[in-house]
Amino acid sequence: MSAAANYDVAIVGAGAAGLAAAVECANAGLATVVFDEQPTPGGQIYRAITSTPLVDRNQLGPDYWHGERLVHQFENTDVAYAPRSTVWSVTRQDGGFEMGVSGDGEARLIMVRHVILATGALERPFPIPGWTLPGVMAAGAAQILLKSSGLVPDGRVVLAGTGPLLYLVAAQLARVGAKVERLLDTTPRGRWRAALPRAIEFLASPYFVKGLAILRDANAATSIVKHVERVEALGKQSLERVRFVAGDQTEEIATDLLLLHQGVVPNINLSNAIGCEQRWDNAQLAFVPVVDAWGASSVAGVTIAGDGAGIAGARAAQARGRLAGLYAACVLGKFDTVARDRAAVLARAELARFSRGRAFVDAMYRPADSFRMPEGDTLVCRCEEVTAQQVVDAVKLGCTGPNQMKSFLRCGMGPCQGRFCGLTVTELIARARNVSPGEVGHYRLRFPIKPITLGELAALPQTEASVQAVVRIGKSH
Amino acid sequence: MDLLATADVIVIGGGLHGCSTALHLARAGLSALVIEKNYVGRHASGVNAGGVRTLSRHEAEVPLALAALELWYGIGKLVDDDCGFEAHGQIRVAESEADATALREREAHMRALGYTHERWIGANELFARVPALARHCLGGLIAERDGAALPYQTTAAFRRKAEALGQKFFEGERVERAQRTGNAWTVSTDRGSFGARVLVNCAGAWADHLCAQLGEPVPLEAIAPMMMVTLRMPRFLEPVVLGTGRPLSFKQTQDDTVLIGGGRRARVERSAETTALDFRELAASAQTVWDLFPIMRAATIHRGWAGIEARMPDELPVIGPSSTTPGAYHAFGFSGHGFELGPVVGRITADLIAAGTTALPIAPFSITRFSNASAPA
Repeated sequence: MSAAANYDVAIVGAGAAGLAAAVECANAGLATVVFDEQPTPGGQIYRAITSTPLVDRNQLGPDYWHGERLVHQFENTDVAYAPRSTVWSVTRQDGGFEMGVSGDGEARLIMVRHVILATGALERPFPIPGWTLPGVMAAGAAQILLKSSGLVPDGRVVLAGTGPLLYLVAAQLARVGAKVERLLDTTPRGRWRAALPRAIEFLASPYFVKGLAILRDANAATSIVKHVERVEALGKQSLERVRFVAGDQTEEIATDLLLLHQGVVPNINLSNAIGCEQRWDNAQLAFVPVVDAWGASSVAGVTIAGDGAGIAGARAAQARGRLAGLYAACVLGKFDTVARDRAAVLARAELARFSRGRAFVDAMYRPADSFRMPEGDTLVCRCEEVTAQQVVDAVKLGCTGPNQMKSFLRCGMGPCQGRFCGLTVTELIARARNVSPGEVGHYRLRFPIKPITLGELAALPQTEASVQAVVRIGKSH
Repeated sequence: MDLLATADVIVIGGGLHGCSTALHLARAGLSALVIEKNYVGRHASGVNAGGVRTLSRHEAEVPLALAALELWYGIGKLVDDDCGFEAHGQIRVAESEADATALREREAHMRALGYTHERWIGANELFARVPALARHCLGGLIAERDGAALPYQTTAAFRRKAEALGQKFFEGERVERAQRTGNAWTVSTDRGSFGARVLVNCAGAWADHLCAQLGEPVPLEAIAPMMMVTLRMPRFLEPVVLGTGRPLSFKQTQDDTVLIGGGRRARVERSAETTALDFRELAASAQTVWDLFPIMRAATIHRGWAGIEARMPDELPVIGPSSTTPGAYHAFGFSGHGFELGPVVGRITADLIAAGTTALPIAPFSITRFSNASAPA
């Protein structure tokens, strides 16, 4: 991993927000490093944009290829770029931050003055019966395989869930030749009415025309079942069939792949573990860090840009990345607030433009309660195989929060560190206690937020004092 | 002023010692209410390494530790929950001649005091008990009846049993003042006031606040011993293994993950109640494990944490009555090794309150040993 020992700014994530922030920081003359887990820049939305085998631009569409210019700008800066690297800790130290980073089998501790988290979004958990069977996966994950490797599923595909990405993936898969059997739309009946007050703004937003195009493509690609109320994945060793209920209709379809999606939520793993204040967003049904108009969090020196600070999409993320970069440059003394505000005008206009219509999307595609809060034997925590009923029973034993649940059921203690189950557990506890998810709170996430090996850790530099520490076991102790 | 609730005793702090005190008070026929600023078991009580250890304790603590161990062996009867207690012994291993000498001297000293629960074992027995241990080890000191339990489950079980016997718990309430008028205490929190005849200070890393109010300041330091845990590993270890020349506490838990601790400390922000792991220190722990357990070299470290607790300068707890104020008692300052003592210290405090005396020797833990101390800044 090629990284120096010190930087002015470290950016975590090389998606739309991280790349834009990096460009601003570099332009301001800050020594900047970007850590990213992927081998090439682009994040999830522009995943593998410099290396994808799908070079026919109609296949992935113009929204994907929009990222090309940003990546080009990024590549023309002198930013230190550390692909295939994982940031596993960020701790305050000496007025700055010590970051634990692994890459190429080696762990390092790096000091920086300012941190910009551009960690993007995660797919919302979709805990239905059978969701852990091989053959069931997240629609976003399937899209990433498509972007990065041109991987087209060769069997029958069923998609289920709600939201624009589900329709986009259906259309993209059909375009590259996948057999898309059915799209099961779980958007509840009547969502239009709830979303209507926000519709005018949506109609005037850039998302409206795009949305129409995606709907048209998806309709052409497969047959769509609306208002699906229940979805179950069935099979012995792996997925064989999908059973669904919509109104009086109950049907089973044979399929090889079931792709699930009900929106994305901010990836708060790092910001939560650092201790940034967060709040429950009832429109997005997720925890979001509390940030100001520049993305500055409650922890001085930590700025959050892009979907990691609340879902708003790639174009908004790019603008938020620019704002975060300008803010960091100002805080670190590269220019004053007047110059910062002047430089921010374009990004602010961009952000306003691409924030319009979001409230409509949130209201329209708000996932139904039954798909967020499962019951009975449905697994909630897939790592430790904890069921919804176990969580509810633990609440009755006085286990009133997700952190106590960890100790009780090992729920959220597995390899995923609660990334898959965090929201589900919080919402289940909240419902059982009849309080708001905000009152219940989220798991306290712990460093290392991504696993490292004992060998990597042992190879870190040790302080003189730590090596000389001894046990007192003398006569008296 | 209207009181939110009253009881015979108010216990400040819902850690293991507070919950245990409430439970034993109920058994003695006294009502108690426990006031906890977060939730029961929030800090060290819920997230410590879970060691049930009599091995190599300070000699003043040994009588208490041995009495506590008997309670651990009957823990199911005490709290209707096994607390995850398993007794596979604890072994402190010698990596060098100097280590071996220190451990043998310790054994001889304990024998001289009449204690037989610590025993030196040579290399053969050591490797038979811990086959995965690196072969440079020379032997160890074992306490065969020691073991480990699950800290949060334990603390929650004490609380539930105390509640089942009628005690009340108030969580999410921060004590601001304790005031004595005549023979009664009024404890004010951020929500209201509570009344009782007797006050017990089980406030852990925050216990010095009340001491200062009672006019007996103590030199308490908030510490946070760090722990880390791996993903599940094939079963290779039953006893808890401790270091001698270097700090380490090492065990494979009942769910097959491996827990690495040993007292290396995180940075603590006491008022914010947060900790920051020190990865340079954790690296030293990882190095020790690398040397002692070759099987661990490819292990995946999955999470690290630290629980905040109180440390006294002599690393002994404060247990017993207030030196300034009648009707007030202390049980805090366990300095990183209070978990095993939890079941018995609650009983001691309940005995002091109900009967005015305890059968166990607690003079070494008197708060008066700090009577010349000035309040820390």
